[in-house]
Amino acid sequence: MMTLRVNGYEYEVDAEPDTPLLYVLRDDLKLNAAKYGCGLGQCGACTVMVDGKAVLSCVTPLVLLEGKRVTTLEGLGTVSEPAPIQRAFMEEQAAQCGYCIAGMMMRAQALLQRNPKASDDDIRAELAPHLCRCGTHMRILRAVHRAARLMDTAELSPSDQRGAQ
Amino acid sequence: MNAPVILDRRQMLAGSGALIVSFSLRGAFAEEQGAPAAAAPSPPGSLKTSPYLDAWLRIDADGAITVFTGKAELGQGFKTAFQQIAAEELDVPFASLKVVTADTRLTANEGYTAGSHSMQDSGTAIQHAAAQARALLVAEAAKRLELPAENLRTENGAVIAQDGRRLAYADLVAADMLHVQAQPTSKLKDPATFKVMGQPVPRVDIPAKVTGGVAYVQDMRLPDMVHARLVRPPSYGAELTDCNSSAVEKMPGVVKVVRDGNFLAVLARKEFQAVKAMRALAAAAKWKESARLPKQDDLLALLTTQLKSQDMTILERGNPSAAGRRTIEATYTRPYQSHGSIGPSCAVAQFVDGTVTVWTHTQGVYPDRQAIAEMLRMPPANVRCIHTEGSGCYGHNGADDAAGDAALLAKAMPGVPVKVQWMREQEHGWEPFGPAMATKLKASLDSEGRIADWNFEVWSNTHSMRPGSAGSLLAAQQMAEPFPVPAPKPLPLPEGGGDRNAIPIYTFPNAHVVHHFIPEMPLRISAMRSLGAYHNVFSIESFMDELADLAKADPVEFRLKHLDDPRGREVIEKAAQAFGWHKGQQASQDRGYGFAFARYKNLAAYCAIASEIEVNRETGRPRLVRAVAAVDSGQVVNPDGLTNQIEGAIIQSMSWTLYESVSFDEVRITSIDWQTYPILRFDAVPDTIEVHIINRPGKPFLGSGETGQGPAAASIANAIANATGKRLRNLPLTRKRIKDAIDA
Amino acid sequence: MTKSRIIGGLFAALLVGGAGVIFALTWRPPMAAIDPPSARTFDADLVRRGRELAAVGNCSDCHTTRRGPNFAGGLPVPTPFGTIFSSNITPDPETGIGRWSEEAFRRAMRSGVDRGGRHLYPTFPYDHFTHVSDEDDRALYAYLMTREPVQAPLRDNRLSFPYNQRILIAGWKLLFLRRDAYQPDPGKSAEWNRGAYLVEGLAHCGACHTPRNGLGAERATATFAGGDVDNWQAYALNAQSPSPVPWNEDALYAYLCGGWHPDHGTARGPMAEVVSNLSSIPAGDVRAIATYMAGVFGAPTPDRQRQGEAVLAQAKSESTVASEPVSEGAAIYAAACATCHESGRAPPYGGINLAFSTAISAPDPRNLANIVLSGVRPVEGERSPIMPGFAASMDDGQIASLLKYLRSHVSKQPAWSGVSEIVEEARRTQTAFLQTAAGPRNAPADPSQRDQP
Repeated sequence: MMTLRVNGYEYEVDAEPDTPLLYVLRDDLKLNAAKYGCGLGQCGACTVMVDGKAVLSCVTPLVLLEGKRVTTLEGLGTVSEPAPIQRAFMEEQAAQCGYCIAGMMMRAQALLQRNPKASDDDIRAELAPHLCRCGTHMRILRAVHRAARLMDTAELSPSDQRGAQ
Repeated sequence: MNAPVILDRRQMLAGSGALIVSFSLRGAFAEEQGAPAAAAPSPPGSLKTSPYLDAWLRIDADGAITVFTGKAELGQGFKTAFQQIAAEELDVPFASLKVVTADTRLTANEGYTAGSHSMQDSGTAIQHAAAQARALLVAEAAKRLELPAENLRTENGAVIAQDGRRLAYADLVAADMLHVQAQPTSKLKDPATFKVMGQPVPRVDIPAKVTGGVAYVQDMRLPDMVHARLVRPPSYGAELTDCNSSAVEKMPGVVKVVRDGNFLAVLARKEFQAVKAMRALAAAAKWKESARLPKQDDLLALLTTQLKSQDMTILERGNPSAAGRRTIEATYTRPYQSHGSIGPSCAVAQFVDGTVTVWTHTQGVYPDRQAIAEMLRMPPANVRCIHTEGSGCYGHNGADDAAGDAALLAKAMPGVPVKVQWMREQEHGWEPFGPAMATKLKASLDSEGRIADWNFEVWSNTHSMRPGSAGSLLAAQQMAEPFPVPAPKPLPLPEGGGDRNAIPIYTFPNAHVVHHFIPEMPLRISAMRSLGAYHNVFSIESFMDELADLAKADPVEFRLKHLDDPRGREVIEKAAQAFGWHKGQQASQDRGYGFAFARYKNLAAYCAIASEIEVNRETGRPRLVRAVAAVDSGQVVNPDGLTNQIEGAIIQSMSWTLYESVSFDEVRITSIDWQTYPILRFDAVPDTIEVHIINRPGKPFLGSGETGQGPAAASIANAIANATGKRLRNLPLTRKRIKDAIDA
Repeated sequence: MTKSRIIGGLFAALLVGGAGVIFALTWRPPMAAIDPPSARTFDADLVRRGRELAAVGNCSDCHTTRRGPNFAGGLPVPTPFGTIFSSNITPDPETGIGRWSEEAFRRAMRSGVDRGGRHLYPTFPYDHFTHVSDEDDRALYAYLMTREPVQAPLRDNRLSFPYNQRILIAGWKLLFLRRDAYQPDPGKSAEWNRGAYLVEGLAHCGACHTPRNGLGAERATATFAGGDVDNWQAYALNAQSPSPVPWNEDALYAYLCGGWHPDHGTARGPMAEVVSNLSSIPAGDVRAIATYMAGVFGAPTPDRQRQGEAVLAQAKSESTVASEPVSEGAAIYAAACATCHESGRAPPYGGINLAFSTAISAPDPRNLANIVLSGVRPVEGERSPIMPGFAASMDDGQIASLLKYLRSHVSKQPAWSGVSEIVEEARRTQTAFLQTAAGPRNAPADPSQRDQP
C-alpha cells in the first residue's frame, strides 16, 4: 500500500512499487487520459505532470512518487469547465484520432506553467518527445499558442486551485 | 446470414420504445462485390445495398433522432459530418441528433471503412435517407392538416403550415413510416439554403478526448474484466517448441495461461500483472525460427525478377510503341512501410451463453465478425462486433487481429470480459505492412515538348488482406488447428489496389500501363492509406517533372498542357496561385519548390500540392518549409474537418516519404519500435501548411481522406530535386540518400 | 572542439616577460585579402577529400550552432575565464574567410593566427592542427571555400581583463605550441602511422581525452589519461581506461564507425557528434585511427584481460536485479532501468547490459548522472537509440541513490565520493548543454541498417 497524490486527492494504492505510474492511473484509479503508446519512453502518449514537470508515466515506477504530486489531464478541467489548455485544443480542433493529444497537452501545460511566454521554437523543442501519427502537428502548435494567450488572461485555472502547481 | 440480426434489432428497438418495428439489412459486402447490376436505377450511396430508410434513421416518440452508419469513426471526424448532413436534410438542430457507428447488431453492413468511401457511401445514404424521411414526414403532415405538401415547410424538427400550425416529427412518425425502400432520387435541399452543412462545426468527439473522458476501446473497463497479454512468435512461421508456464501461472494476479498451438497468452487481474507475466512467459517460451524473409536491400530485384507476377495490361491507348523525339526512362521504388498507430491495437471481448461480443477498432465490423465466427466455428449471428474507437489506424493495422485474439481468449474464459492490449513491438512486428512497390516509366516528348507516348509498369502485392475469412487473423493462423491465409487477389479497377492511380489522368495520345500483380507475400501486408496510389502518384508526378525538365517547361504549365479535366485544372491553378508559383521562379539558396497533383483513384477528390523544401547541403537533411494544397472534394460538409484531413495527409506522407521503411533480416522484422521505425517528430514540422478548398455545392461528395498522400510525396520529391539538382527515385528520401546525391 | 577546456595558460604569458619582448617575438603580419575565389576554381576531388577531412576534424561541431547555418560559427564556448564564440568559417567575404588565401588559412591551422595577424584562442585546437599536412590543409581550404557563404559577424567574446588581451595567447604558444610536421615511425605499419597522423593532428582526440595542466595545455606526460569536455568526462584511452571490458582494435573500429559496441555501449554527450562525423569518412581512415588507438590503450595486462572476460561471462548469465530490492537505489534500478537494460534485446536498441558500462566504472559519476538525467535523444528521422531522461521524474536524492547502488552492485571499483554534489551540478549543466549543443545531426548507430529501404 502506498499513498499517491493525484489531481489533489490522496489515494491508497495497492500495487507493487515497480508498477509504472501509467498502469496505476489507468487500472487502479480508472483515469483515461494518460495513454499506453510504447511503454518505452519513446512516444510521449503517457505524459502526465509530477510536481509540475512533464513526466513519461510509462517509465516512472511508483517507487519514485512517494510524496510527489501527480496531475493528469483530468485534473486540469472538465468538458463544462475546461482549463485554458483544454479550451485551446477544442477551439483549434487540434485532434484527429486524438490518442496522442492528452500527453501533448500535459507537456504543453508544464511548459506554459514554467514559461508563459514560450516561443514557437520553445514549444517545438519541448514537444520533441511526442509523436502524432495523424499529422495534427500544425493544430497542436496553434493550440499551445492559444493556450498561452488564454492562460495569460485566465483566472486561476482549476489546476492552481487543486495545488497541482 | 442477416436474418438473426433483424430479430436482434427488433428486440432491441422494442425494448427502447422506438416507433420503428422492422428493419432490413442486406448482407453483401458492398466493397467486395461492387454494385449489383440493377435494371432499375438504384438509390445512391450505401442505400444501394441497404435500401430501407430505417437502416439509417430512427425517430423516437420522444423526438430523439438517431442516425446509423455502418462506417467507423477513425479520427477522420465524419461522425460529426454525418450528423451535420442528417441535421441539414431533416431540418433538425445539430445537437438533437445522435450518431451510432458500425455495430453488427445495429447498423447497416457498409463493408470496410476504407478507400475514402465514407462520405460517398454513408454520407450520401444518410443525406438521401434524411431527405426522403423529411418528405415522408411532410406528406404525413399534409394528410393530417389536409393541406398540399407544397404549402408546408420544415424547421427545427417540425412541419409548419403557413397558418402557423406546427406538427413535431415525433408526433408525425408512424410505426413503420421509415420502413420503406429508398427512392432512386431524393428532393435534396438547395445548397444555397444550407445552415449546418458547409459549416466548420466542432467535432463531437474532441471534448472527451481533451478532458480524459472515455474515448477509446483502450479506456473500456467492464466489471470483473481481466487483462490479457500475448506472447507472439518472434518471427513469421516460428513454432513454439516448449513452454513451461507453471511458474508464470503462480505469479501474482495471473488467472490463466492460454496456449493453442503457437498462440500463447496470459490473463491476469491487473494490467501490470499481465505485463510482468507476459515477460516471464516470453522468457519461458522456446521457438523454432526459420529464415524466410528476402533481402531487404534489393527490393527492386525482389519485386521485378525474383517473385513471380501475373501481368495485366490495364491501359492500352493509341500506339504504345510510338516514340517521340526524346525518350527517358526511370525506375522508382517504395519499401514496406508501417501504419505506425500511436496506440497499439486493443480489443475487449466477452463470451456469454454461446454468444461473443467484441469491442474493436476494426474498420469493418461485418467482415471481422465473419472471420471471428469462422475461427471460433460459431454462426456469425452469435458474434457481435461493436466498433469502438482506437488510435488512428490509416488502414489495416493490428485491429482485426486483436479482435480475433480477444475473441479466442474470451472463449477460453466464459463469462469474463477480456481486454487484449498489444505491446508496441507486437504492433510494429506483426501489423500487415503497406506493400513494397516498384514502378518503371518510360516516355518521350514530341517536337513541341508534349508527351508523345507513355509507358508505366507497376509491381506489387495485393493491397488488401483484410478479414472476411478466419485465415486473415493472426490468432487463427497460429492456433493448433490453423486456418490458411486466404489466397490474395488483386483489387479490381477502377479503384484498384497496387494499380490504384496507375492509369494517368493526363491526356497522352499513346499510353500503355501494366500491372504486375505478385501473389507471393514474403512479408505480411495489407491495406495502408491510399494503397498503391501513394507510390504510383509519387512515380507519375516525379516523372512528369523529369519530363518537364527535359522539355524545359514549367512543371505547372507542363501539367496543365496535358490535362483536360476542368476541375483538375482548377485545383492545380488554385494551388499554384496560392503558393505564389510562377514560371521561371528561383528558390532562395538551398531551397527548392515542388508541385504535384492527382485525382484520387481518378474518381474521388482532386488534390494539388505545392511545397517549399530546404536542404542542408552538408548533412543532406531536408526540411519541408511550407506546403500549399488545393482540394476539390465535391460538396463540402465540414470545411475544417476536410482541412484537418489534408493537413494530416501532407504531414503523414512527408514522414513516409522522408523517413520510413520497415527493416528486417532473414528471420525477423527488426523495425519494432520508434527507435527502429523513426517517424516525424516536432523538430521537422513545417512552418506553415495552407489548405484551399474548392467547394462544389450540390455536387456528390468525393472521398478525401487519402487524396493527399501521393501528391504530398511527389511534391516533396520534386522540391528536393529542385533544391539539389538531383532526382531521388527510391523511397524514403532519407537524409543520407540526399547527402550522397549531393556529394556524388 | 574543447568547448569548455580551460584556457588557463593565459597567466603564463604574463610571466614570460615584458610586453615589448613578446611583441617582437610574436607579432604576425596581416596577410593580403584576396578576391573570393569562385567555387568552380576548386577541383571536385580535392573538395571531396576536404569534406572527409572536415569530418575527421569534427569542424561542424564547434562552428555550427543548433539549427544555425553550417560553419557560420557563433557557438558559445564557456570557459572559466569567460565565453569564447566560435568563428564563421564560411567563405563570406566580410564575416567569414572569403578573403583568406590558402596561405592565410594554412597559417591559422599551423600557428593559430588569423588573416589579420590576430592570435586565436586555443579553443581552436591549433596545437593539434599544426601537424596537418600542406596537402590536407589545401583540401580543407578547398572544401570550406566552396561552402555556402553566410553573413554572420563574429560575436564578441565575453572575457574579462586580462584574458581579453590576445597578446597573452602568444605567450601561451611560446610555451605549448610545438610546430612540427608529423614524423612517421618507420618501425610501425603504414596503417598505424596513418592513424597517428590523424589522431594527433586533425582529429585532435587528445584535446578532450588528455588532461590539461594548470595553464590549460595538454599534459605531455599524461596523454590520453582522460579529460573534461562540456561537463562530460572524456574517458582515459590509455592503460587507465575505466572500461570494464578492455578495448581492442576491432571494438574501436566498430564503435567509431557505428556509434556503439555491444561490450561498451553507445556514444553520447559530445562523443555522439564525433562518431556521427566519423561514420561518413572512408573506412580505411577509421580503421587506421582504431589501429593507432589500440596501441595507445596497449595490450591489457593478464589481470585486466581476466577481469574483462569475467564481466562478459557474468553478463551472459545473471540478472542484475536482486530478487528483493534492499535499498532505494536497487528498487529504482529494478523498476525504472531493468526493463530495458535487461530486456535481452541486443544493443544499441536494447539497453546495454550495465556490467559493460564505462560510466559506472569511471572515476567519478558525472557521465552516469548526465545520462540518467537526459537520456539519449532520437536523431530526427533516423534509426537511433532512444533512452528517456529521468530529470523530471527522479529527484537528486533518488538519482544519487541509484548511482551509488549501480556503483556498488555493478562495478568492482570503490565507492564514489561527492555523488550528491555531482548530481546537482549535472542537473544544472546538462540543461545548458542540451540547449546549446547541436547534437548529432545524423545517426551513426547501426549503419548496416540505417539506409536500407
